[in-house]
Order: sequence, then C-alpha cells, then structure tokens
Amino acid sequence: MREIAIVSFAQRQEPAITSESEVEFMVPLMQQAKEAVGLRQQDMGFTCSGSSDFLAGQAFSFVMTIDGTGPVPPISESHVEQDGAWALYEAWVKLQCGDVDTAFVYSYGKSSPGSLRDVLATQMDPYYVAPLWPDAFSIEGLAARMLLESGKVSERQLAEIASRSREHASSNPHAVRNTPKSVEEILAEEFVADPLRPSDIPASADGGCAMVLAAGDRARELCDRPVWIRGIDHRIDSHTLGARDLTDAMSARIAAEKAGVGRDKIDFAELHAPFTTSEAVLTEALGLGDDVTINPSGGPLAAHTMMAAGHIRFGEAFERIARGDGDRAVVHATAGPVLQQNMVAVLEGE
Amino acid sequence: MPAQPFQQDPSVPPSCVVEVTGVPEKVASTEPVQSVRTPIRMEYTYTPGRALSDYLVAMKDKKIIAERCPETGQVFVPPRGVSPVAGVVTAGKVELPATGYVESFNITRVPIATRPDLEPPYCSAWILLDGASISFMGLVINCEPESVKLGTRVRAVWKPDDELEMAATNILGWEPTGEPDVEIPDIERIGQKGDLE
Repeated sequence: MREIAIVSFAQRQEPAITSESEVEFMVPLMQQAKEAVGLRQQDMGFTCSGSSDFLAGQAFSFVMTIDGTGPVPPISESHVEQDGAWALYEAWVKLQCGDVDTAFVYSYGKSSPGSLRDVLATQMDPYYVAPLWPDAFSIEGLAARMLLESGKVSERQLAEIASRSREHASSNPHAVRNTPKSVEEILAEEFVADPLRPSDIPASADGGCAMVLAAGDRARELCDRPVWIRGIDHRIDSHTLGARDLTDAMSARIAAEKAGVGRDKIDFAELHAPFTTSEAVLTEALGLGDDVTINPSGGPLAAHTMMAAGHIRFGEAFERIARGDGDRAVVHATAGPVLQQNMVAVLEGE
Repeated sequence: MPAQPFQQDPSVPPSCVVEVTGVPEKVASTEPVQSVRTPIRMEYTYTPGRALSDYLVAMKDKKIIAERCPETGQVFVPPRGVSPVAGVVTAGKVELPATGYVESFNITRVPIATRPDLEPPYCSAWILLDGASISFMGLVINCEPESVKLGTRVRAVWKPDDELEMAATNILGWEPTGEPDVEIPDIERIGQKGDLE
C-alpha cells in the first residue's frame, strides 16, 4: 500500500448562498486549496468531485462546476453522485494504483433552493417506499423511536449530544448552529418529528470544500505535517429499511474494523452524524470510548452541507491534526437514510 | 389478462397486487399490477448566480453581456462567472453587439412534442458573436433553413419592446443580415477559439 496524505483543505458553509452559483462559490475554495501547497490544476494527477443533480434540480449539474478547475486542455477527471468523501475514496484508489502522485478532490451542495426533506425521498426504493413519499426527518424519527424503545439511549443523552455539539461549534467559524443551549432547554423544544427535536436534526447549510491529496514523499514536499490516511473502508447496508436493525450500523461496524480503528489510541473523531441518534449509534458501532472527543467541530448538527458534509469531516480532522491538536483520529462519512452507507477512515499526523 | 392502460393521473395510487399465484382469496379478483407510477414533483428556487444574473437582467434592455477571462483575455457568453480555460473568476463585463456569424448548424426535420412552437424544418446553430471567444446556441430564422451556410452573417431578432423580460428568450432567433459570408479559415479549430484582443 502506498502512503497517501491530505495536504491541504478549504471549506465554506453558510445557512444559504443565494447570490452565487455553485461554480462561483467553489472557484475561490478550489484556488485556496491549491495555492496552500503551491500547486496548479496542471500539477494534479487526478481530479474528482462529489455533488448531486437532485439537489441542484438540474441534469449533469456537475459539468458546470468542472469549469472552475480550469479543465482545458483536458484533465483526468471523474465525478461521484455522492458525498465528496466517496470522491476522496476514488482519488485514494487512483493514487494507490501508482500512476499519479497528486489528486484534487472537491464537493459541494446547495440545499436551500428546494426541500431537502423531500429531495431525499428520491433515494428510496422506487416500488415500495418512494411512492409513500416519506420525508427524511420522519424516517429518522421512526428509527429514533426504535432506538429509544430499545433502551440503548435516552432522550436526555440525545439532548446532551446536541448541547455538546453547540458548545464545540462555538469555536468553529463555519458552524451555522452554534448558539449555546442547555440540556434542559433542548428537552423543552417542540418536536419536529417526534421524538426528534430541532436540536436533534442536522443544521442545514449550503457550501462546499476542496482538498489536495498526495502520495509518499510528494506529500512531505508539499507541507510540513501531512495527515496520512492510515486505513479507509466503506460498506453498505440493505436498501430495505425493514431488513436491517435500525438501532445499529453494521456497515459502519465492519468498515471501522477494516480501517483499523481499534488498533491504537484515538484522540478524537469527526463523525458524519446528521442526527443526535446517528451519533449515539455510531459511537457504539465504531467502539469509541469516553476518552475520545466526538466532533470537536460541532459536526453536522452544527453545519450539514449535503454532499460535502462527509468530506468536510476529513478536512476538519486534517486541520486539527496538522496544527497539532491530536495525532490519530477517526473520520466517518455516511449516505442514504439512517446510516445506510458508511465510510470509516483513520487519519494520523506525520 | 389484457394489459391495463397506463394510468395518467398521478393522484391515483397504483393497485396493490402483483401475481395471481399465492394471492389470498379475498384479493384474488383484484387486477394484477402492470406498472407502478411514482409521482415525483419537486420545486426549486433557481439561483442563476452573479454572472448569469447580470446577463439576464441586461437582456431586458436588449443588451448581451459577456465576461472576460483576466488571464487569457477570452470573452465568454453567456457568462458563468468562471473561465474554463484558466479556472479563474471572470471579471470585466463586455457588452457584445447582437451580430455574429454561424459557426455550425443543423437542420431538424422531426417535431419535438414539448416544443409545438418549433415547426420543422428549422435550423439551430452555434453563433459566434462579434467579439466573443465562444459561440452559443440559437435558431436561424426568417430564411429557408437550406440557405444557411457556415459563415452566414446573422443579427438578433428581439421580442417586441413591451414583451421584454429578464430572459434569454428575449432573442426569438437570428436572421441573416445579407452581408457576405465570413470565411472560416481554421475550421478544424471550431469550438477551441481563443481570440485575444
């Protein structure tokens, strides 16, 4: 296996970006990530992006954003209709193949133009579930009810997760939900989708991020402290909600084992946990103990940019390790309803 | 069992039984499912962004606004706020004349169900506006489609002034000006033009 590291990262997240198109707000981020390591587009061995036509409401929407890379003359490029974490995975595979030493990965999403709760229903199976037009919060509410009834977690514990996220987010300039709230205040909130309260659900944001990956000594040339991807794996659970245990995340459990989470001490974890319930399930499935700081950035409860939120977890962990706030971290990304697909990686400083 | 007609009304739910084999007696007389229709409707508030907004707003005054790449000097229309050659933000608006020439064209002889206003045969073309580095698409109108050639000079035909909107549809099409055809010397480079001014 080749050593592969993250060497630079740039992000932007806001409650809604209404004055700029996707490519307009991505170009400065793309330039920032490249300039941080002194690279230009023609220095990139491979470029990969993650976004969704369903969010943009436009077919082949990603093609417009490729303009922002400067793709003429033609570049080696690919796209995933997934969170950017999966674009990062594709770039990681490309780097493993050995024919390129650098890769540029970016992802973005604007959910403010439409109803994300409804858009997400289009990812359900088209015969039995999608015709019911289930909104995303209701599905998570059903899973949350099962989790509470199972006794694995209490409403108060969920409120504690929400409260801690807000506290961590207060030092994150990209967080869109960072006002402090006590556990009691959260427990007093009106339900959105009983038993989920406003503080239990993701803080919707528009935005994106850009990142440079490099292999081996190339990474050491580009920055002082490359953050190595020591293990990475992704797994998928059944599409059929009734066919899996919604109080557990089997695919995350397997991915964590394959990525080597348990092999050494973990300083902190950046989990793509959109709901407080997802965080409770993931902490258990990934085997993270009480000594591990969960989501020091505030996580998706503080800022959830659809299609970039998983990718941003890699970036948040990179920045923290690069400046010395920890040496070994777990990073997680998810896709699909109720933690259906899960990616787990272990990052380590030089 | 004869095939059921396709249900057109999205508010009518599909029937609920798949196969006669093994179906409980009480629903055995129900018609089998021939197809499932999942009605999907999503509404978006589309944001054109900074550059395209400026372009659309100017359309109301019958103006065509392009933007210039600060690195290569190329002029892009419609502007998308970015130069795909340099990968940088475009700046410096350029107002282009509503004249140009046909860089490539196609004659369509088959009607499109969703565009009853387009009566075949009609001619769609890539039109290179005077001063632009990239061509954009329009219809060539007010002439026989067969008379269109590579290099035919054209000018915009605008909607009547009282119907103008902030929309690209203000240009109904492009009509030949009657000027001599432009000779395209580097025909193999069409689509890759990089006129520096």
